[in-house]
Amino acid sequence: MTFKHSCAIAALMAGLGPAAYAEDLNALIWCDHADPELLEPFETAHDVRVNVKEYEGTAAGLTLLEQSRPGDWDVMVIDAVDVGRAVERGFLAPLPEGTAPTADYFPEVLLEDHVTINGTTYAAVEKFGYNTVAYNKSAVDPADMTSLAALWSGKYDGRIAIYDYYLPVLGLVGLNAGVDTTDLDAAALETLRDPLMQLKAASKQVSDVVGSQTALATGEVDVLIGGGEWLTAVLNAENPDLDWTIPEEGGLLWAQSLAIVEGTEKPELAAEFIKYVTSPEGQARLATSSCYWGMPANKAAGDVLSDAQKDILRWDDQAEYLTRAQLYPVPDADTDAAMQDLWTDMLQN
Amino acid sequence: MSIEAQEKRQGVALVTPALLWTLVFFAVPFGAMALMSLAHLEGREIVQGHDLGNYLRIFTDPSLRRGIFVSLEITATVTVISVLLAWPLAWIIATRVPQRWRRMVLLLAVLPFWTSYVVRSYSWALVLGEKGVVMNALVGLGLLAEPVQIMATRAATVTGFVHFFVMLLTLTIYSNLIQLSPNYARAAQDLGASQWQVIRLVILPLTLPGVMTGAFLTFVLCIGDYITPQILGGNNELTLPQLIMLQLGRRGDYPMASALSIVLMAIVTLAYAASARWLKMERV
Repeated sequence: MTFKHSCAIAALMAGLGPAAYAEDLNALIWCDHADPELLEPFETAHDVRVNVKEYEGTAAGLTLLEQSRPGDWDVMVIDAVDVGRAVERGFLAPLPEGTAPTADYFPEVLLEDHVTINGTTYAAVEKFGYNTVAYNKSAVDPADMTSLAALWSGKYDGRIAIYDYYLPVLGLVGLNAGVDTTDLDAAALETLRDPLMQLKAASKQVSDVVGSQTALATGEVDVLIGGGEWLTAVLNAENPDLDWTIPEEGGLLWAQSLAIVEGTEKPELAAEFIKYVTSPEGQARLATSSCYWGMPANKAAGDVLSDAQKDILRWDDQAEYLTRAQLYPVPDADTDAAMQDLWTDMLQN
Repeated sequence: MSIEAQEKRQGVALVTPALLWTLVFFAVPFGAMALMSLAHLEGREIVQGHDLGNYLRIFTDPSLRRGIFVSLEITATVTVISVLLAWPLAWIIATRVPQRWRRMVLLLAVLPFWTSYVVRSYSWALVLGEKGVVMNALVGLGLLAEPVQIMATRAATVTGFVHFFVMLLTLTIYSNLIQLSPNYARAAQDLGASQWQVIRLVILPLTLPGVMTGAFLTFVLCIGDYITPQILGGNNELTLPQLIMLQLGRRGDYPMASALSIVLMAIVTLAYAASARWLKMERV
C-alpha cells in the first residue's frame, strides 16, 4: 500500500468518526441527558462535544465526584432535594446570576429551599414528575388504583413489580401508613418494615427502569409501585393501556436539577449548557427524552411541545397533581443507611 | 559468563514481563482493594482504618451472609447441571457425529458466545415470561392448566447460566475427548467391557481434566456474574456480585464492596485449591 493510499484511508476514517469540536464539556448525568436529540443543538451552537457519564443515585454521584480531580466534570444532574448534600461537601459552584430565569417555572417546583443555600443558588430545577403507581388498565381495575391500599389487599398478589429505588418506594409505603415523607426518620422506618415485607411477598419482582418497563410492556406484571409518567410515557405509542395515577394517599414528587461542578475550568460554557437545557426548546427536548419523559420545570416549554406530547405528560392536570404530591424523603446519613439496610433486607428475603 | 548463568539471565528476562504484568494489573489493585476493605464509612465519608468490621458484618448480617449462600447454591447448581448436559453432548460430537459435520456442530455450539451477555439475558426474560414461548407452548399443549412463574425466580437465573456454560463445558470436554486414543476403548472392549463400562470406567475418568477445567471456569465465571441474576432473578434474592454493586452504586460504600470482593476471591481461591489436582490445562 502506498503512502498516498494510507493517507486517503486515514482521511476517510477521520471523516467517518465523530464530528470534531473545538472543545469538550463533561457532564455527570442521568440517562435522559444522553439523548442526542437533546445535546445536538447545544453542541452545534457552541461547537462543543458534550461527554456524558450516567450515574444512578446521589450517593454514587457524590462518590464519583469525590474520586475525581477538580476540572474533570463541568456540570452535573442531581436530585433537587440533594443539592444541599453536594454543596455541604463543596462539590457545586454557585450559579451565575440569570443562568436559569424562573419567571415561567411551575412555582411548586422552584424548590428554593433545596437549591438555594444561604442565599446562594447552586442548581436549576429542570424536570419533574411523580413516583406513584403505574398500571396496565386493560388488566387492572383503574378504580382500585385510586388507593395504595389495593396493593396490600391481596387482589393483585403476584402481579405487582416494585421499582428498585428505596427512596420513592419507602416514601410510598410511608404514605400508605400515614407517614409523611418529611417524618420518615429511623423510628418511623421500623414501622414500615412489615408493610414493606408484605409488599415484597405480594410482588413478582423488584426491577430497575428497563426491567420494570419490560415487565409492564410484556404483561409480566400489571402494576408497578414507584412508576409514573417517566416510565409509561415512552411506551405509550406501543401500548396506550399503560397508565399511571396519583392515589388518594398521595405520590412522591421527583425533581432533578442541573448544577455547575466546583473546579470546572469552563464555568461560562457550563452556565450556557444550563441556560440551554432550561430554555423552552431544551426543556421540551429534555421532557421527551428517549430514556424517560417527565414534566419540564419551565412552563414555556408548553409552546414547543405538541398537544399529543402534552396529553401524555398530563399537562393540564399538573396543578392538581402538584398539590397532592410530597417531595422525596431527605434522610441524614444514618437514616439513609438504615433505609438502605431495610431495602437490602427486603431484596434478600 | 557460564552457560548456566546465561540461561538463568535469559529465564529472568523472559519471566520479567509476565511478573510485571501480574504486579501492575493484579498485585497492586488487589493490595489497594484489601486496604480499602479495612476502611469504613462514617456518615457518607470513607475513613481509612485497619479494622475487620466489614468482614465481621458480612458474616453476622443475615442479608449479607445469605448472599454468600445464594451465590454458592446457584453456582453449584449451574455447574452440576452444565456438566451433566455437556459431557454427553461433547461425547456425541466427538464419537457419533461424522467428521465432516463436526465443525458445523461445534460452530452451532459456540453460537451463544456471539451475542452480547445483556441481549442474551433479556432474550431469556422474554422466553421465560408468563406470556413467553415456553409457557405458551406448555399451556397450548395442555401440559399446564395455566402459566407458572419462571421468570424472576432462581430457576430463570439458572436457565440463563446453563445455556451459556453448557457450551463452554462442551468445548473443554470435547477437546479432551478427541485427544484420547481410540485404543483405550478398543482394549477395554477386547477385555470384555460393555459400551457403558467403557464410558464409565475408561473414557469418563480420562476426561476428568476437561470436566474439571470446564467446571472450574464455570464456577469462577458464574459466581462472579452480575448481569444474569440481575436481569433474570428479578431481585428476589441477591448474589455476592449484586451485593457488591449495591454497595458501589447506591451507598458509595467502597470499603464494604471491597470486603465482599475479597470474600468472593477467597471463595474462588478455595474452589481452585479443591480442584487443582485435576486441573491439567495441557490436556484440554
